[in-house]
Amino acid sequence: MKYAALLTNNADDVAAWEQMTAEEAAAARAEEVPKWEKLFADLGPSGVLGEGFELDSPATAKTVRVRDGETLVTDGPFAETKEQIGGLMEIEAEDLDAAIAIASRIPLVLRASVELRPVIEH
Amino acid sequence: MQYLALIYGDESRWAGLSPEQREQEMGEYMALSQADVTKGGHELDSIATATTVRVRGDETLVTDGPFAELKEALGGYYVFECDSIEEACTWASKIPAARHGAIEVRPVYVDGGERS
Amino acid sequence: MTTDVGRVFKEEWGRAVAALTRVLGDIQLAEDAVQDAFATALDRWPRDGEPASPGAWIITAARNRAIDRIRRDQVFTRKAEMLARLQALAADEGDVSPIPDDRLALVFTCCHPALAAESRVALTLREVAGLTTSEIAHAFLIAEPAMAQRLVRAKKKIRDAGIPFRVPPDHLLPERLRSVLAVLYLVFNEGYSASGEGVPIRDDLCDEAIRLAKLLAVLMPDEPEALGLLALMLLHDARREARVGADGEIVLLADQDRGRWHRSRIDEGTRILERALSYRRAGSYQLQAAIAALHLEDTTDWPQIAALYDELARVEPTPIVELNRAVAVAMTHGPELGLELMNRIDLPGYHLLHAARADLLRRLERNDEAAAAYRDALALEMNSGDRAFLERRLGEVVRS
Repeated sequence: MKYAALLTNNADDVAAWEQMTAEEAAAARAEEVPKWEKLFADLGPSGVLGEGFELDSPATAKTVRVRDGETLVTDGPFAETKEQIGGLMEIEAEDLDAAIAIASRIPLVLRASVELRPVIEH
Repeated sequence: MQYLALIYGDESRWAGLSPEQREQEMGEYMALSQADVTKGGHELDSIATATTVRVRGDETLVTDGPFAELKEALGGYYVFECDSIEEACTWASKIPAARHGAIEVRPVYVDGGERS
Repeated sequence: MTTDVGRVFKEEWGRAVAALTRVLGDIQLAEDAVQDAFATALDRWPRDGEPASPGAWIITAARNRAIDRIRRDQVFTRKAEMLARLQALAADEGDVSPIPDDRLALVFTCCHPALAAESRVALTLREVAGLTTSEIAHAFLIAEPAMAQRLVRAKKKIRDAGIPFRVPPDHLLPERLRSVLAVLYLVFNEGYSASGEGVPIRDDLCDEAIRLAKLLAVLMPDEPEALGLLALMLLHDARREARVGADGEIVLLADQDRGRWHRSRIDEGTRILERALSYRRAGSYQLQAAIAALHLEDTTDWPQIAALYDELARVEPTPIVELNRAVAVAMTHGPELGLELMNRIDLPGYHLLHAARADLLRRLERNDEAAAAYRDALALEMNSGDRAFLERRLGEVVRS
């Protein structure tokens, strides 16, 4: 079964990120990157991890609506929630338990959450 | 540069559409999926099928439902390859859900890259 | 005759649903097939007599209904494979034993953490215990259509999200078992906390919970917490009839008529607890059962109870456990110490915290403070038995 894993960011972490200097941010990322590399090294070969995207901060989002033929673009994300989507991954797993096991190894899950949604295959 | 178009809409709306309206919308989605600018994307099953996973300490916490309860549900996404966020927004406006819901356009993170 | 069919069917329901789910891979399809078999049984058994092996008869009939339905359904995916598996379901109407008992897989599936908590409870009662949607709705004071929708959505989630039909692998078993035990205990408490309200279905809930806990103990005989939960339920249930006075008011344990306690349940509960403890793997339910057992003795060993609550607070550090520990400490070391502990507990909407504080203040003859605490308690939600009791206590401290 194919699942989309929606990876969220903890709002406090995002706020902390935005306060960091470029050097601090780079150092923090340098700490995170090996964890992701380990995840891909462990699970990559088995083909359970599909495409993945890390998203830029919600501050860089634009929200698009079309009403009565007119396109309206506003700055910011769709919803002002405490947790925001920070990334998205495809997971190929035999069942939900297998998907949960994979999701529980994603580094972000320690401080935020991963939402698993089945993908509708056409 | 890559942009994700996150599609938010009312899940119950589809049931109220006529077969003609459904066919019309499906056609638009298919056309977008086949556009040169589209590099990926998926339709997601309803939030009734969502499961949220958290890890706190050494405990894995599994709960029913999405990570946040919103007015409208995330129903899918596209991956667009565009020169600018404005161009990505133009493509987002072609998504049928933009007409009744909303599309959130997010740049894919690029290390040290320009933020649009 | 109809009642007999209903009773026998309910006993065999869980096993039949589990067997058909294993083959069909879908709980709803399995339930429909078994429900069809029920309709046939209602028609045939009064005429032909009850079959020698009702379980085998039901599974065979359900299997045949499922075969008919799938044959008729043109668009059923994997039709040939499904029919082959149904045919292979060893169905000898005289003997159910060749059919594997998949009830444990069914229980764990219904109690999967990816299902909403209230859905787990409803689904377990429907699919494992065989209660009707109407009975479950009535038990939880919810309108039947809402309960029906809850069940449909839960089954849909199992199917669409890919929740597997199986007993979890060893590394997941401890946490998944906790979920199952929590569901069963919730059912028991639903029935127990409202017992004596004069609504028959509530006592039935306790019986249902005990029946499910017994099933779990049979299916998982080496799981001491499963045994501990069963023991706990039996020891509580033994006092069911003595807990409520003729006027519907809650009767405290110390004041209960012990002649109305079910000695057989106490003996059974004690035996099962001893078996659980012999595994030397203490856990929350075993500890609670040990405490319950101590409460049933002629003289209450409060220091021992307090010690057990210390253990329980380590294993399950919840405010409710802390409250019970504070009560035990008060009985062992005096009300002041108990009050000190209670003042550290955060349980805003819980009337029993205020009631417990009020009781200790009452013992210390700090009547104004006691009255205030009783009033705090009475401002909150509670069943009528508790309310009557607390109102009487308030009256007492106000008058003194």
